[in-house]
Amino acid sequence: MAEHAIVAEGLRKRYGDTYALDGFDLTVAAGTLHGVLGPNGAGKTTAVRSLATLLRYDAGRATVCGYDVAREPHRVRGAIGLTGQYAAVDETLSGRQNLVLFGRLHRMSKRAAGRRADALLERFGLTEAAGKSAGQYSGGMRRRLDLAASIIRTPRVLFLDEPTTGLDPRSRNEVWDAVRDLLAAGTTVLLTTQYLEEADQLADRISVVDAGRVIAEGTADELKARIGGDRIEIVTRRAADLVAVAGLLERITGTAAVTDPDTRRVGAPVTDRVAALTEVVRALHAAGLTVEDIGTRRPTLDEAFLRLTADRTGKTEVAA
Amino acid sequence: MRKLRLAAADSWVMTGRNMAHVVRSPEEIGIYFMLPITFVLVFGYVFGSGMQVPDGGNYREFLLPGVFAMTMLYGMGATATSVAHDAQRGVVDRFRSLPIARSALLTGRSVADLFRALLEMTVLLVCGLLVGWTWHRGAGYALLAVALLLALRMAMTWIGIYVGLLVPNPDTVGTIIFPLAFPLTAVSNVFVAPELMPGWLGTISEWNPLSATVAAMRELFGNPGLAGGSTSWPAENAVALAIAWPLVLVAVFAPLAVRRYQRLSR
Ligand SMILES: Nc1ncnc2c1ncn2[C@@H]1O[C@H](COP(=O)(O)OP(=O)(O)OP(=O)(O)O)[C@@H](O)[C@H]1O
Ligand SMILES: [Mg+2]
Repeated sequence: MAEHAIVAEGLRKRYGDTYALDGFDLTVAAGTLHGVLGPNGAGKTTAVRSLATLLRYDAGRATVCGYDVAREPHRVRGAIGLTGQYAAVDETLSGRQNLVLFGRLHRMSKRAAGRRADALLERFGLTEAAGKSAGQYSGGMRRRLDLAASIIRTPRVLFLDEPTTGLDPRSRNEVWDAVRDLLAAGTTVLLTTQYLEEADQLADRISVVDAGRVIAEGTADELKARIGGDRIEIVTRRAADLVAVAGLLERITGTAAVTDPDTRRVGAPVTDRVAALTEVVRALHAAGLTVEDIGTRRPTLDEAFLRLTADRTGKTEVAA
Repeated sequence: MRKLRLAAADSWVMTGRNMAHVVRSPEEIGIYFMLPITFVLVFGYVFGSGMQVPDGGNYREFLLPGVFAMTMLYGMGATATSVAHDAQRGVVDRFRSLPIARSALLTGRSVADLFRALLEMTVLLVCGLLVGWTWHRGAGYALLAVALLLALRMAMTWIGIYVGLLVPNPDTVGTIIFPLAFPLTAVSNVFVAPELMPGWLGTISEWNPLSATVAAMRELFGNPGLAGGSTSWPAENAVALAIAWPLVLVAVFAPLAVRRYQRLSR
C-alpha cells in the first residue's frame, strides 16, 4: 500500500462565481484518521465528493491508495467506502434489503450478503427495525444504516462526511466505536465534522478548511498551541471593575487582554501560568479589587477553530 | 468478456431492486394496470362501437393492436418518472461510489420495466379478448406480435430513461411525456388508416415507429388493416420496420442515457 492513502494537490472546483475548492491540499498517511474541520460552506463536502469520484474537479491532482482519482475512478471506487453528509440509502427498501443490495453489488453471494447484513444490523442496533422501510427510519437510524452500508466490505479508505451530525450520544458512541475498529483493522479514515470534540478525540491530524482551502494543519495539540498556550481568565464581581482588572492583567502578562462585558470576563494569554497567576492574585488584592472567579486554562479546539477562521474572514474573535 | 458478465450481474441485482420497489409499494401496481384496462375498455367500447368501418371490417379488431402499442408508448411516462425519482435520491450517490458497471442502474431499470410490460401485456390481451378482439393466424404469429410489442416497449423505456435523467424534477415528467407521446399516437395508424390522411401527414404516419409495430401486429394477429392493402414500402415491410425501429431507437437513446447518467451532479 502506498505510504499516503490520500493525496490532494491544488484541487479546484468552481460553481459559477464561487470556488468551492480553491487550491485544496491534503496528505493523509495510511492507517490514520484525518479530521477536516471547517465552517458551513468551507468546501468539506465538495472535497470528500471529489476524492470519492462523485464530482469531477476542475484542476489539481488527487490520488487515493495510489490510484489517480480522475484517471482511475473505478479502481478508487474499489478501495473506498463513503458515508456522505446525506444518507445514501434506498428509502423504499427495508434496512436489511438495503444492506443485502449493496452487499450483492459488492459481488457477494446472496447468502454472504445476508449474513453480513444481519451482523451489521446487530452492530448498529438496527435489528428490530431491519424489516422497516429505510424511509420510515429516524434521521439517526438512517445515518447508522448509511454507515453500515459503507463498510459492508471493509474499505481501505473510508470517507465520513459529518457522520455523527444529528445522532444521540449513544449512537454517536456506536459510530465512534465502529470507526476505531476500522482504524484498528488498518483502514484510513477521512472525517469531516462540525464537532471539534470529535476531531480532538479521534483524529491523528486535523486540517482546518475555510473558503475551499486548508488554512491550518497539524495535530490537535499543535493547532491549540498555534493560537497561544495557556490563558488567565478572571470573572469580576462588578462590571465597573472590568477596565481596572484588564489594565492590571495586561501590565503583568505583557499581552493584550480580551474583555467581555456581558459575562464580566477578562482573559489574556500567559507563558508561565503559575507565576503569572500568583502575581495577578497579589496585585488584585493590593488594588482592593474583588473577583468572582480566577483561573488558568488551556484553549479548546473550538477556540483554535474560531481564531483560525476569524483571521481569514476578518471577524473579531469572541472573547473566551 | 468477464467485464460484460459482471455488468450483467450488476444489472440483474439492480433489476431485483426495482422489482422489490414494486412489491413494497403495491398501490403502484394498481396504477400500472389502470392504464391498459381503461385504454382497452374506453377505446374498445366507445370508439369500437361508434365508428363506421368503410370496408366492413370490425373497427374494434382494427383498433386494439393500436391500443396495445399506445399502452407501451405511455409506459415511457412511468419509466421516466421512476428514473427522475431515482436521480433525486441520495442512494444514487452510493451506486456511483461503488465499483460496479456504470450502466447497471439504467439497464436494471430497463429489464425491470420489461417484466412490468409483460404483466401489462397479459392484462391487455385478456381485456382485449373480453371485448371481442382475438388473433386469427395461430399462437405462433400471435407470440411474434407480442415480441414486437415488447421490442417497442424496450425502445420506449430507453427514451423514458433519458427523459427521466433530463428533467430537473419528477413532477415535470408528465408535462414533457404527454406532448411527446400524444402526436406520436395521433399521427399514426392507431385510430385512422394513413391512406385516409392528407398526403404528407399520411407519409409521416406510415413511417412513425408506433405505426410500424401496429401494422406488423395487425398482420401477425390477422386483424383488419382497414381500407385494406396499402402498397407503400412501410406497409409492405411492416414487420421488418417493427424490428428495425426499436433497434435504432435503443442504439441512439441507451448511450445518450448512460452518458447523461455518468454526468449527473458533476
Ligand atoms: N452544486 C452546487 N452548486 C453551486 N454551488 C455549490 C454546489 N455545491 C456546493 N456549492 C458551494 O460550494 C461551497 C462549498 O460547499 P460544501 O458543501 O462543500 O461546504 P461544506 O464545507 O460541506 O459545508 P457544510 O458544513 O454546510 O456541509 C459553498 O459555497 C456552496 O454554496
Ligand atoms: Mg458539507
